Amino acid sequence: MALSQQAQAIIALNRFGFSPRSVPSLQFDARAALLAELDDPRTGQIDSGDLRSSGAAMRAVFEFRQERKAERMMLARDAAKSEKASAEMQPGAGEAAGAGAKSSSMRAAEDAAKPPQPKRGPGLPQQIYLAEAKARFDAALAADCGFVERLVWFWSNHFCVSADKGQVRPLCGAFEREAIRPHVRGKFADMLMAVETHPAMLLYLDNARSMGPDSVAGRRRNKGLNENLARETLELHTVGVRTGYSQADVTNFAKVITGWSITPPRRPDGGEFVFNPRLHEPGAQRVIGHVYAEPGMGQGRAVLLALAKNPATARHIATKLARHFVADESPPALVERLAACYRDTDGDLKELAKVLVTASEAWDAPRAKLRKPSEWLVNALRVLDLSPPDVRPLIQALNLLGEPLWRPPAPNGFSDDSNAWLDGIAERLDVANQMSRRAGVLTDPQEVAARTLGPLLSADTRQTLARAESRPQALALLLMSPELQRR
Amino acid sequence: MIVRPHRATRRELLLASGVLFAWANMPRLALAEGRDPRFLVVILRGAMDGLAAVAPVGDPDWMRLRGDDALTLASTPAALPLDGFFALNPAMPNLHRLYQARQAAIVHAVASPYRERSHFDGQDVLESGFTRPGAADTGWLNRALASLPPAHPVDGRDAFAVGPITPLVARGPAPVLSWAPSRLQPASSDMTSRLLDLYHHTDPMLARALEERSALAAIARDGKGKSTAQTMQRPVGPYASVRAYFIEAALAAAKFMARPDGPRVGALAFDGWDTHANEGVAKGRLSSLLGALDGAIAALESGAGQAWKEMAVAVVTEFGRTARINGTEGTDHGTATVALLAGGAIKGGRVIADWPGVGEASLYQGRDLKPTIDLRAVMKGILRDHLRADEKVLANKVFPGSADIRPLDGLIV
Repeated sequence: MALSQQAQAIIALNRFGFSPRSVPSLQFDARAALLAELDDPRTGQIDSGDLRSSGAAMRAVFEFRQERKAERMMLARDAAKSEKASAEMQPGAGEAAGAGAKSSSMRAAEDAAKPPQPKRGPGLPQQIYLAEAKARFDAALAADCGFVERLVWFWSNHFCVSADKGQVRPLCGAFEREAIRPHVRGKFADMLMAVETHPAMLLYLDNARSMGPDSVAGRRRNKGLNENLARETLELHTVGVRTGYSQADVTNFAKVITGWSITPPRRPDGGEFVFNPRLHEPGAQRVIGHVYAEPGMGQGRAVLLALAKNPATARHIATKLARHFVADESPPALVERLAACYRDTDGDLKELAKVLVTASEAWDAPRAKLRKPSEWLVNALRVLDLSPPDVRPLIQALNLLGEPLWRPPAPNGFSDDSNAWLDGIAERLDVANQMSRRAGVLTDPQEVAARTLGPLLSADTRQTLARAESRPQALALLLMSPELQRR
Repeated sequence: MIVRPHRATRRELLLASGVLFAWANMPRLALAEGRDPRFLVVILRGAMDGLAAVAPVGDPDWMRLRGDDALTLASTPAALPLDGFFALNPAMPNLHRLYQARQAAIVHAVASPYRERSHFDGQDVLESGFTRPGAADTGWLNRALASLPPAHPVDGRDAFAVGPITPLVARGPAPVLSWAPSRLQPASSDMTSRLLDLYHHTDPMLARALEERSALAAIARDGKGKSTAQTMQRPVGPYASVRAYFIEAALAAAKFMARPDGPRVGALAFDGWDTHANEGVAKGRLSSLLGALDGAIAALESGAGQAWKEMAVAVVTEFGRTARINGTEGTDHGTATVALLAGGAIKGGRVIADWPGVGEASLYQGRDLKPTIDLRAVMKGILRDHLRADEKVLANKVFPGSADIRPLDGLIV
């Protein structure tokens, strides 16, 4: 049965963005709408408002930690003082045997009279993390099609950092706003450069402290390389694993990017990227068949530019984009066209996005991809028209669903493969249950289903909703329906 | 003292995206011998530094290699002596006790057939059992189970996994059930059955996934719950909650597997071993992680109770780390490492190694501990002698192309 233009439009909106807020008209051109969103410079940006830049966040967290430390020391000193005082008082008092007991009971009474210490809220790093998370959820909830937001999520996952590495926690949101969003419609090489020089990445993959064994600092302190960032840049960010580079290429590349570091956060200009020549390994380095003799920072820039131009990078990116947006088994012809577009346009990410939405494969593919937990959760909120003021339950839901925000278990990010998420389906039901209770009994499930899914609503799902014992139950079942689980 | 039920925190979710799975059919051949074997595989993701866990303190090149960071019998705290040549990280007193009781063994300078240094490819080879990455979407443990002639099914169920994502080692033809402790009020069984009904009509894959998880959640609720929560003390310190999570996952696994009708084979995975900077061998990150692992091993022993004497636990990781310390007090990706074996069924009290040495000339590619034992030989030895898996099947299906890798003899009592 041929699908109507309307049905195809809804499928496309779900595949590249989120479910439409209301069923589009019969003549609605989804392709044009997606392309228009791509052309609208306001999309994909977050009004930073009170959000801190990564440098400001690092400096503020440094100060915060200093204050907490000072407080702890004060408390310890006070405690030591009062202990000393009471120890002196007891033997010196020379009173009856009951004195000690009396004084301790008096102390207990004093303690009871004191107002209980106010419970401390989350520390500054967590406050920043939550504020950034809120801004990210809000952007996705407010987006029209949501295509550009989904692209941001894709690239943020491709170049992931993790809040579980302590110092990175307050920087995750800033990383996405500073290194990913500005380039999501720009050149891959620019995004790559922004990512690999961002403090969050330099901390996450340990480059901030890596130094050339023959650098000034390395020789003086007998310290040296950390090859983590170099390896993952090759393996995950650019050419991809098993594309012919060797251990020597990894080590040499690690030498090339020695000195890519961060200014100490205690300084007024702290927490910013810096090229520190004292850490940099001197001399030319050979990386993947080419010798780089540039001095200083230019050497690393040249390697990154070459990596961005490498055909293996084009193929790697093309395959991942197709897998994320279209099918677990990336359609070979589509990968071919995306890779060709990457090569022809010098890695223009907007052109790649256009190839994706205009590809026939992207329109003909069966709705087999299981939404990742983050996509499903945000989509469910949009469907129910909820925008929770408190972001914490959403964070907890993502934790439970196995895709904690900005906290991938490893630098390869969260899987784009549907199978990886199948086992979490029961947890989704628990979350759906919770959300639909919040939506309450005033929301009409049939109406929500009709405006969200239109002609895609299956007879089976319609019947399941009709037979539900309550409106919240029907809403939860709707969120769990294959129509909203898959795209 | 107030004892509170332990709840998973963000760090634990990172460090122990724990997975527990098991096949619930009794292995018939072993049963016929009057045994009732249990086998648990513990995967440490991120590449554990084998030299920091079990140090070659008798190797004259050891001090030269790691200098002040070298773990020795004289360091503070001192390493725990094993056999005169090797010593155990002091964070692992329980493993040491089991070693002395001949219920734990260490295989050193061991590696999977993978010789590159990508975590993700390395884990793929470790878990798939194939010699190259990306070769299969099933795991060796699952295929081994599927090949065993089953006796009666256990509890009418097939297998289970903890955590929202099932690992590769557990995927395959032998069905896997999985379960993750939920902090939300679970959906009612009425709602679940309505949804299952819808899935049965529209989406069989989702139906299967939901069915399996729901079944397991039910076992978990009456199988676990109070007992672990009540024995758990409130975590203190930066790694205490990680330790608590490792212990809780291990205790749950052991209790499931100890039940007369419980599963006989399972897997757990603990993350967080990728120690590129500030490794903390004697005090710090790795020391804390090893301590947490040690706690988990003790929890397996206590949780298994009587079943411990029939238990074999194999702790494995995708590869080792560089022999030398890198420029940031850590270690980069390497090659050979250790495998830790524990359980009443393990012929313990020994370090099994064909020691390659850690002198400059002995290192693999001049940087890593050289592998001299194939990890597949260890796993094949356990699968053959403990579960009575067929040697030909092990060579062709479980670890394809491993006919030349003989199962290691004498690992099992």
